[in-house]
Order: sequence, then C-alpha cells, then structure tokens
Amino acid sequence: MQSILKVQEVETRFGENLVHDGINLHVKEGEIYGFLGPSGCGKSTLMREVIMLEHFSKGSIELLGHKLENIKAKQAQELRLQWGVLFQSNALFTSLTVFENIALSLHEYTKFSKEMIRDIVSFKLDIVGLKQSDGALFPSQISGGMKKKAALARALVMDPKVLFLDEPTSGLDPISAREFDALIMNLRDLLNLSVVMVTHDLTSITTTLDRMAVIDNKKIVAEGSLEEVLKIQSPFIERFFKMEG
Amino acid sequence: MPNSLHLLVRHESEATIVRFEGVPNLQKLCIVQKRLQRTFSSLDKKNVVWEFDGLERMDSALAVVVAKHTFLAKQKGIEVQKQGMNREVEKMLHMAETHSHFGANHVSTKQGILADIGENSLERLEKLLAFFAFFGQTTLIFFQMLYNIRSLRWKETVFEVYESGIKVLPIVILTMFLVGVVVAYQSSSQLKLYGANIFIVDMLGISILRELAPMLAAIIVAGRSGSAYAAQIGVMKITEELDAMRTMGFNPYAFLVVPRMLALMLMMPILIFFADMAGLLGGILIAKVDLGLTPHIFMERFTAVVNVKHFWIGLFKGPFFAMLIASIGIYRGLQVKNDTQSIGFNTTKSVVEAIFAVIICDAFFSIVFTNLGY
Ligand SMILES: Nc1ncnc2c1ncn2[C@@H]1O[C@H](COP(=O)(O)OP(=O)(O)OP(=O)(O)O)[C@@H](O)[C@H]1O
Ligand SMILES: [Mg+2]
Repeated sequence: MQSILKVQEVETRFGENLVHDGINLHVKEGEIYGFLGPSGCGKSTLMREVIMLEHFSKGSIELLGHKLENIKAKQAQELRLQWGVLFQSNALFTSLTVFENIALSLHEYTKFSKEMIRDIVSFKLDIVGLKQSDGALFPSQISGGMKKKAALARALVMDPKVLFLDEPTSGLDPISAREFDALIMNLRDLLNLSVVMVTHDLTSITTTLDRMAVIDNKKIVAEGSLEEVLKIQSPFIERFFKMEG
Repeated sequence: MPNSLHLLVRHESEATIVRFEGVPNLQKLCIVQKRLQRTFSSLDKKNVVWEFDGLERMDSALAVVVAKHTFLAKQKGIEVQKQGMNREVEKMLHMAETHSHFGANHVSTKQGILADIGENSLERLEKLLAFFAFFGQTTLIFFQMLYNIRSLRWKETVFEVYESGIKVLPIVILTMFLVGVVVAYQSSSQLKLYGANIFIVDMLGISILRELAPMLAAIIVAGRSGSAYAAQIGVMKITEELDAMRTMGFNPYAFLVVPRMLALMLMMPILIFFADMAGLLGGILIAKVDLGLTPHIFMERFTAVVNVKHFWIGLFKGPFFAMLIASIGIYRGLQVKNDTQSIGFNTTKSVVEAIFAVIICDAFFSIVFTNLGY
C-alpha cells in the first residue's frame, strides 16, 4: 500500500527548547494511525506541522505526494481541501450555528443548491450522532461532547482523504467514546479514509489503531502495530500499557 | 480522466436507467446533481434503475444525492431499483438512507416584530438592572477593602497603575499639547483682529484647566484602558478563568474589579495634571510664535486672571470619570457571553458608553459648579 504521509528526520525547536530531534514515521493509505507519548512530548506539535500550521526547522514531511517544506500556495490550498481536522479544543466558529459550521465549506467550495447542502449536512449530523435540532444551536449552547461531534461532522463534510484528530475521545463519556471509535472505523472502511490521531485513550488505542508511533524524549521510540510496540523496551511504554492490565 | 464522475441516462422500454461512471468528486457532483434533478422531474416511466458498476468508489455526498432522489421518486410512486452495487457502495448507500433527514429544518423559527421589540426591551431593562447590581457590589467591596486596607490587592493595583495609568501618559501629553496648539492658534487669529492678544491667556487658562484637559484625558483612557478592561475580562470569562477563580475562593471583584477601579481613580487626576501642563505649554508656544507674547508675560497674566479653582475643579472630576470608565469597561467585560464575537461587541460598547457617560457627568458637574458659584 501507498504511503500518504512520510515524516523524515524532522527537527523542531521553540527557541532553545528542542521538541523533536529527528522524527521518522510513515502512514499508509487506509490506515488508522496514532501518535502516542507522554504529555508535552510534541504530539500536537507534530500534527500541527503536518497540517501546515507550524514550521519545522529541519527534515522533510510528505503528505499525499506533496513535500511540505517547499510547497506552493496553490498546492497547499489543494491539500487543505483533501483533509479534515478535528482540534483538541474543537475550534467551532462561535458566531455560526452548528449547522452553519458544518455547511461552511460546502457553501464556499461547491455549487450545491441550498437544499442539497442541507441534506448533506443533515446526513453528517446524523452519522456523528447529533440530533437534527442541534443544528440550529450555537456552539456556546451545546455540551463539550456535542461540540466534539459537531467538529467531527465539520471535518468530514468535504469527504476528506485524510482525517487528523487531536485527542478525539477526550471529554467524551465512555459510551460516546466507543461510538466515536466505531464511527471512525466505519468511515475508514466505507470511505477509504486514512486517519491520523493523537490519543491517550487506551481502549481507542487497542481497538482502533492499526499502527502507531510512540514519541518520547524527542524521538520515536517505537513504531508499528500494538504487538510490535509492546515488544519494545521503553519506560514510557511499560508504564502506559501496564495501567491496562 | 482520473478524477471525474459521469452520469449516463438511458431510456429503455420498461425503465429509465441512470448510470454512474468514474470517481466521485464534489465539483462534478454539483453538475451531476442538477442533471439528476432535471431527469427525475421529467420522468415518464414508472421504473428507475440506478447502475453503480461503473463507479470506482462511493463517497458520502454522492450517496446522499442518490438516497435523496430515491426518496423523492418513491414519494411520487416510482419504482426504484439498484444494480451493480459492490459491498462498499451498498453499505454507504444504506448508511445514507438510514441517516438522512430530507427536509429537516435547522433554521430557528422567526418571530414577529412585536415579540422582537418586547424581548429587546426586556433585555435592555435587565442589562440596566444588572449594571446597577454590579455597581452596587463593586462599591460595597470597594469600601470594605478601603475599610480593611490590608485586604486590598496592592500588587494587582500597582500593576494596573502602571498598565493603565503610566503607560498612557505619553499619548495624553502629546495629544493635549497638540490640542493646546490648535486651540491657541485658532483663537489667536480672531484675537489679533481686535488687538486683544493678551486675552489668549484667559481663554486658554480656563478652557484647558477646567474642561479640555479632564475631558481629553478621560477620552483617551476610555479608549485605551477601558476597552482593555472589557477585552481582558471578557476573554477570562470565555476561558472560564473567572469561574476557576470563584471555585478557588478568590472573589473576582476583589482581584479584578477593585484594583482596576482604584488604579484608574488614583491615576486620573495625575493624568489630568500632566494634560493641563501639556496643553498650556502648547498655548504658550503659539502665544510666543503667533502673538509675540513672551512666556514671562503669559505667566504673569496667567497668575493674575486664572483662578486656581479651575485647576482644582479639573482635577476633582478625575476620579469620577475614572470610576465611570473603569466600571463600564469591567461591566462590559463581565457581560461577554460564551462566544468570541461578543468580545468585540462589548469592547466597542464599553468605549462608546464610557465616553458618553463621561460627557454626561461633565455636564452635570458644569451645572452643579456654576450654581454653587464656582
Ligand atoms: N508555540 C509554542 N511556543 C513554545 N513552545 C511550544 C509551543 N507549542 C508547543 N510548545 C512546546 O512543545 C512541547 C510539545 O507540546 P505539544 O503541545 O505538542 O505536546 P503534546 O504532546 O500534544 O502534549 P499533550 O498530550 O499534553 O497535549 C511542549 O514542551 C511545549 O511547551
Ligand atoms: Mg496535545
């Protein structure tokens, strides 16, 4: 299978603070891939580099065939239409209703009629588990879990090739969290979606992830399927997965 | 053509065959959907067959389009069949059918104009009452803290003195200097006509000390510090910092409101003093350049005709203006609701309302002092 994302020897610094020191990983098409690691190890930062929100100081990142370190504005814009992003803090537009948040890209980038947009948005609302009546509410009027679902619906609305999720199940109740996992796997099967996520949720890790990368001490300490990762000797991996058993 | 979607419509004796070919893509799908709509609205057969075997894969928008037209056709009593579905297409279509809500309404219902007016009036009334409540609470805590002076948050107050009192000093001085120059220059051309050059001193002395300097200082502080209060406290409200403070037992009034208010009330007279000096300096400059009055003559005349009461009245207004500006800024900050737009809205409001309140207060003082014979 083809790689959709290749990260090679990436180095990141914030001033004096070296966050990544030569990160290497690759994500294959149709895979659900996780970034794991202790708090502050730079998972969100790595994801932000992949979605072109943050610069890296050295190395190379290739996403869907584009090298990000010298990408042109036009290709960058094309890339942005091929992914969906779910932020750790949801980042719904507070001045728009849930419905308008989800419909925004469709209005902006397609010529669908109002009615068709409404039907597509209804469908997305429903698959993420929101009620139709929730669409009329503003982000300030819904709960944290509902915001997460609305943000996922927004990320999915353009039928993206890749979905980036930063801690998608944090803040969800266990039932919603498992539904979320099932939804992600279902979407992956149906839409041939590739998913890259940052997660701390052990159940998500064991049930949904095909492969994962563990970042610790500025480097990748392990990459591969759960069995492969568990074989690696590392203090973080031991502590993290011990809690499970 | 790798990335394109084609729609082929065939009319056979028994049925209309609608066939998809290629790879779905949102741009193409818009065109396809419009054609589908036309096809379906002019159907003469009782049977429609979807053919999917030319499709490389399915995406959710296409599935919704298909589900929608299937739904509409069935409503009109047309038989619909699907052919050539692989497992993925079938699952996707099934998902679209079970999760779609055609004709769902997401727009909140509109109400009549009377209801709007009523709701708006009530809302304003509530806001006014809320402002009184806020003002009462602030005053209460303010005096409590003055009474028990140790409980005052000195660190916060000093910080605010620096932030909103000292940092505005340069801009207040510069602006008031220019105002002094402009006012003196405009009056000098009139006074010269009558040879009444020396009266520039009376004019400037009274207008600057009594009205212009306090007003201008208040307006600059409202624009700079009042709006900053509204924005800072508004953001703290959105990020739940205020709630966090409350749960930790810190009274936001004691930590945020009183220090800001006290700082401005302390600093405002000082700002006005500097504004007085800067304005007069501008006047002295023009008097020298344009009217040929030496600073020495200016000052002699100044001490002779300008009563010191004008200076004191100007300073006296300071703390009142400061209280209005600070309380309106902070109140507007607390009014911020849980969305980012209301920060902008309330910040703007805080400036407009503060300036308005300052002018009203100034008019009030004018009447009072005049009637008292000052
Ligand atoms: N804009 C920034 N400026 C300076 N340092 C930053 C910035 N963003 C992140 N960092 C630093 O980079 C490191 C990694 O941060 P990051 O947010 O990627 O952590 P994380 O792995 O996502 O942690 P968590 O699991 O808690 O979300 C941290 O040490 C953080 O202090
Ligand atoms: Mg993070």
